[in-house]
Amino acid sequence: MPRRAAGASSGARYARNIRASVTPTPSVLEEIPLRHSIKATALLAAVALGLAACSSGSSTTTTTTTAPAAGGATTVKVGMAFDTGGRGDGTFNDLAVKGLERAAKELGVTAKELSPNADGTNRADLLRQLADSAYNPIIGVGYAYGDPMDQVAKEYPKVQFVRIDGGPSTVANVAVMDFAEQEGSFLVGVAAALKSKTKKVGFIGGNESMVINKFGAGFVQGVKAVDPAIVVADKRLASGDEGKGFGDTQGAKVAAAGMYQDGADIVFTAAGGSFAGSFPAAKDAGKLVIGVDSDQYNTVSDATWKPLVLTSMVKRVDNAVFQSIQSFRSGGALKSHSFNLKDDGVGYSQSGGFVDDIKTQLEDYKSKIVSGAIKVNEK
Amino acid sequence: MTRFRRVAVTGFLPAVLALLVAVVLLGIVLRILGADPLTSLVALFDFGETPRAQANQMRSWVNGSVPLFLSGLAVSIGFRMGLFNIGVEGQYRIAGLVAAWFAATVALPAFLAIPVTIVVGMATGALYALIPAVLKVSRGVNEVITTIMLNSIVGGLIAYLLRGPFRDPALGDSASGRTAGVREEAWFPGFDNPFGWLGMDTPSRPLGGFLIVAVLVGVIVAVGLSRTRFGFNLRASGSNPEAAATSGVGASRMIVQAMLISGAIAGLVGLPQVLGDDHGYGAESFALGFGFSGIAVALLGRNHPLGIGLAAILFAFLNRSGPSLQNVNVPPSVVLIAQGVIVLSVVIVNEVLRRRLLRMEDRKAAADHPAPPQQGAPSGTAPAGASA
Repeated sequence: MPRRAAGASSGARYARNIRASVTPTPSVLEEIPLRHSIKATALLAAVALGLAACSSGSSTTTTTTTAPAAGGATTVKVGMAFDTGGRGDGTFNDLAVKGLERAAKELGVTAKELSPNADGTNRADLLRQLADSAYNPIIGVGYAYGDPMDQVAKEYPKVQFVRIDGGPSTVANVAVMDFAEQEGSFLVGVAAALKSKTKKVGFIGGNESMVINKFGAGFVQGVKAVDPAIVVADKRLASGDEGKGFGDTQGAKVAAAGMYQDGADIVFTAAGGSFAGSFPAAKDAGKLVIGVDSDQYNTVSDATWKPLVLTSMVKRVDNAVFQSIQSFRSGGALKSHSFNLKDDGVGYSQSGGFVDDIKTQLEDYKSKIVSGAIKVNEK
Repeated sequence: MTRFRRVAVTGFLPAVLALLVAVVLLGIVLRILGADPLTSLVALFDFGETPRAQANQMRSWVNGSVPLFLSGLAVSIGFRMGLFNIGVEGQYRIAGLVAAWFAATVALPAFLAIPVTIVVGMATGALYALIPAVLKVSRGVNEVITTIMLNSIVGGLIAYLLRGPFRDPALGDSASGRTAGVREEAWFPGFDNPFGWLGMDTPSRPLGGFLIVAVLVGVIVAVGLSRTRFGFNLRASGSNPEAAATSGVGASRMIVQAMLISGAIAGLVGLPQVLGDDHGYGAESFALGFGFSGIAVALLGRNHPLGIGLAAILFAFLNRSGPSLQNVNVPPSVVLIAQGVIVLSVVIVNEVLRRRLLRMEDRKAAADHPAPPQQGAPSGTAPAGASA
């Protein structure tokens, strides 16, 4: 209504003002530039949108995995809240999905997955929402669920919460499944040292958090165990506990390229999705990488990256998820557990056969760590 | 009539138009993503099934708008003055840390603990914002560059402080950094049953009481901007620096003051979490990114406290709907896209309408004071033109 009024009276003024020769339908004349602008606006925003959608990268879709309940026991409804990046991140979250899917298939549990917003500020809300919808147990993937999970767990004391990664919790109904990343990293450090021709290797960490420090410390110790003279470059993509280093492919690419240029021939990237930067850098330089979390020889999307993956420091998040669900289903309350070399919670991968020739040495170190003869530092 | 039209064109028309444009665009995006736009739109308003779930979602909506509002307000103070304080992100992070450390270590009587902690947070934010202000005034360094760089520096600074002086002494060597727990006197109280008057259940956690502080700050800023000499000077320096300087408003002083106030408000952004939820600053869980979303909120709210409030409520509503959207298989990144589309639409529609208004005013001026050659033009066609 006001729109129309405005058009009409401004039209009048317009008409009064223009020369007699140009009289026709001024209100229509006026409409044209506006409509054009709106079209241009729409186009522009659509392009921007397209870009935004591309840059968000992962195709995060939520699926509800359902399978017939095994045995006829009451169906367990598992709630899973992901780390930023969500399902489809190609590493950490996807490993959790793998565990969940296995549980759905073998144990017949139903599940609901939720991903946090891009800035990860709504983690507590995700957990509350799952609890409100009567999911139990609720699994939070990633150490950033620390405070949020402890808070929400106190609000829902009857629900079992499980955190994958991170420091211990004082809340009774929170079980923390963490990993002895330093032990697996030690072994890939050994592999790097044995395979390095230049006697220089590199480590790229997502940040300086407790978890990433365990990767770094184990790797360095493993390298030095073989040959103390080998130089290890250490570069972190973010300071402190900042999470942005886990999605910083460009930063990882620059860091890795720099290391290769300085003579390193193997780089271990423990930085979540940032590996997608160091892999192409290795390809450009004709050098090698060490994968992280999953057996990346098998999971990389680009087939030309496969020959670059010397080995991967596997972190069996899928096992942690599966076993948590399994023991919850059979026994209820869960206890925190640290997955290590001994129970195959961490380890090195052999896909591609690049470490076959040094396997005896690797297994030798592995048994020494398992037996306690070698103690691997956490920082 | 003219006045009415001005209000229509500058006030609610752009907002309504922009929102419509945004909804249409989002529909297209959802279509491209393979989702049903209508279902997704309905899902936005899905607050859950049980009364408890609904109360929790209400809580997360209201709670989520508080830091967005404060951050938008902080950004807008700079914008009003023509200053781009991109550094709200860094300012609120360092302020949150210092406030948490202060509230954890300094013993104060109960009635002083919260106010003093808030003042400490504001002072920290202001001091951190003083650096770019001083650099700009004394050396002419562009504040966009300095604030962005200071955002980066703050990450390292916090990492250092949480490893050294501000670290909880009870923490193990390898644990990730956090301050000691905030002393109980400084815990910010909340509302246990905030939605009872709506006939809703109690949420599983009290609604953060910091909402009151946010509203208070909003009112102070609104009054300060429109009713005080300082506010006038600020707006004057923003809209016409030369004219303001000529009339005796010191540009340098205004820059420093605006940045100090902007930084002080930024210092409040992290406090609801630090004092109300986490009772400490944990490097892993302290929420980041409000400084940047605050820029969008300020843009959307057109730098007016009331507008910023509405924008923050809208953004928080969208943030809250992320999980609900996932229930209908829409990825949560759509929330980010929605926010981006809304801001773009508002900015562009505003600009389009502003130009239109300018043209209208030009014509009005020309009509009121016709140029000599045009005087002979017959005006009898006007009614015909209008009715066409």
